[in-house]
Amino acid sequence: MTRAAAARERVPDGVPEDRRGALRRDLATRRLGRVLGWAVPLVALAFLWLPIAVLVGFSFNDAASVSTWRGFSLRWYENVFSSLSGSGSRFQTDLLLRSVMNSLWVASVSTVIATALGTMFALAVARGRFPGRKLFDALFYLPVVIPDITMGVSLAVFFRIVFEAWQQWTGLRLVSGFGTIIVAHVAFNVAYVAIVVRARLATMDPSLEEAARDLGANDWQAFWRITFPILFPGVLAGALLAFTLSLDDFVITFFTAGVGTTTLPLFVYGLLKQRVPPEINAVSTLMIVASIVLVGLSLVLQRRGARRGEG
Amino acid sequence: MAWLVLFFLLPLLFVGIASFMTRGAGGQPIQPWTLEHYQRTFDVFGPVIWRTLGFAALTTALCLLVGYPTAVYIASRQRPAVRLVLLFLVLLPFWTNFLVRTYALITIVQREGLLNEWLVRLGIVQDPVQMLFTPTAVVLGLVYGYLPFMVLPIYAAVERLDRRYVEAAYDLGANDWRAFWRVIWPLTLPGVVAGSMLVFIPAIGAFVTPDLMGGTGGLMIGNLVQSQFRGRGNVPLGSAISMVLLVIVFVGVVVYARWGERSDP
Repeated sequence: MTRAAAARERVPDGVPEDRRGALRRDLATRRLGRVLGWAVPLVALAFLWLPIAVLVGFSFNDAASVSTWRGFSLRWYENVFSSLSGSGSRFQTDLLLRSVMNSLWVASVSTVIATALGTMFALAVARGRFPGRKLFDALFYLPVVIPDITMGVSLAVFFRIVFEAWQQWTGLRLVSGFGTIIVAHVAFNVAYVAIVVRARLATMDPSLEEAARDLGANDWQAFWRITFPILFPGVLAGALLAFTLSLDDFVITFFTAGVGTTTLPLFVYGLLKQRVPPEINAVSTLMIVASIVLVGLSLVLQRRGARRGEG
Repeated sequence: MAWLVLFFLLPLLFVGIASFMTRGAGGQPIQPWTLEHYQRTFDVFGPVIWRTLGFAALTTALCLLVGYPTAVYIASRQRPAVRLVLLFLVLLPFWTNFLVRTYALITIVQREGLLNEWLVRLGIVQDPVQMLFTPTAVVLGLVYGYLPFMVLPIYAAVERLDRRYVEAAYDLGANDWRAFWRVIWPLTLPGVVAGSMLVFIPAIGAFVTPDLMGGTGGLMIGNLVQSQFRGRGNVPLGSAISMVLLVIVFVGVVVYARWGERSDP
């Protein structure tokens, strides 16, 4: 098709009869492509956002329904927050609050450990000279690609065996709880942190460190004065990723949690598996708002960190 | 490094060993060695494995069908700010908790949900249609969950695409159809492979979506594994099933590493 014809979107008069059919088909294809080119993305975005919009909208519904609107009301939010003031609603707010605290606790501790370990691993693999470096490099990606469910059950089996061995050895009986959840979360987060830090490390100029050494810095000084400040945005990004993944994880926690260590995702799952209470729309909306705030905050932090790191 | 080996490779090794052992009291693995669990996995649960592969393939195809035009649309916006906002709109649902997102979708497709409400009101169907707890619902849920994984690598590939190749194709007389299939598609194929594997791999191991949205006809490998490990299950059998799952996932990983888009967006 000539570009002039494309510009006019119709078959020009001078085209010989035997070429008109093909040209008309080409123009029809172009028109179809143009329509699909914006219609499909529109449908995709609507598909992604509509359920969330409906959920948020109906959390303000006066009726306990997600299809018929019966006027604006804050009663579900009141129910969620009411047992705080002791007015005694039927909703298990104390359990919800405890699960939020549990989630934050697990995420904080596992993020700190995973960030420290992940950064060290990234440095060791990038800088170290030891046999099997390539293999370790590949090992990083394993926890990322292995299905959650496989990781969850393998950790469950692992803890059971370790606990049995421990009991036979010392006579003390260990049970699953925060310890096992945190170990499990660190196990998958270390890999994510290491990958993010490595990406940052790859863009770093190694001559900076050499210059520091030439100017008389020892390894310790060179690391803390040169390498770490440059790596910091990567470390921060890795930590934020780890924190988010840890807060969000359901499957692996599901297999490693014990009694009384319900995290927020476990709590939500419990609600969904039972008779779904109408308050869940309000709880979900609060979770969506919290994650948007968290993501926005992390983007701002990352941008600042990146500017400082490069400046 | 020791951490990875201790809490990652060792547990996997234990599961691998357990899968070759006999089921003892309370579902725990004991001696002697046996292959019966693998046999049972393929004999009894073969249909579930095929169904899982089918679901994952269908999910990948649907994500590609919707995700490719979306990625192209975003990447071809002129202003960087618009591209950023659109990417953000695709990614933001992804940062919301997976359970919450699945629940949001359930509220739409359930029997008393908004979709049925409108289908009945518009007279398209007489009575509400059972959509939840069907295989369709599971695939819909998987597409909903993993669509951003498809959009991102394709977006990266399209953005990197040198527009001059497309112009050259037009100048050499290609129409839109040929320009797409002979130039644009081959050049963005690494992104397509990467996106497809990023959808296919987690879809294979999906557990939450089929658990909450599928009925008995929507069971996937993940549900089989879970049911063998909770309560008085059968740990060796569950281990064998997860080993099979692992092998399938690794095939996907090899495809990704060999033909997929390398650098991250």
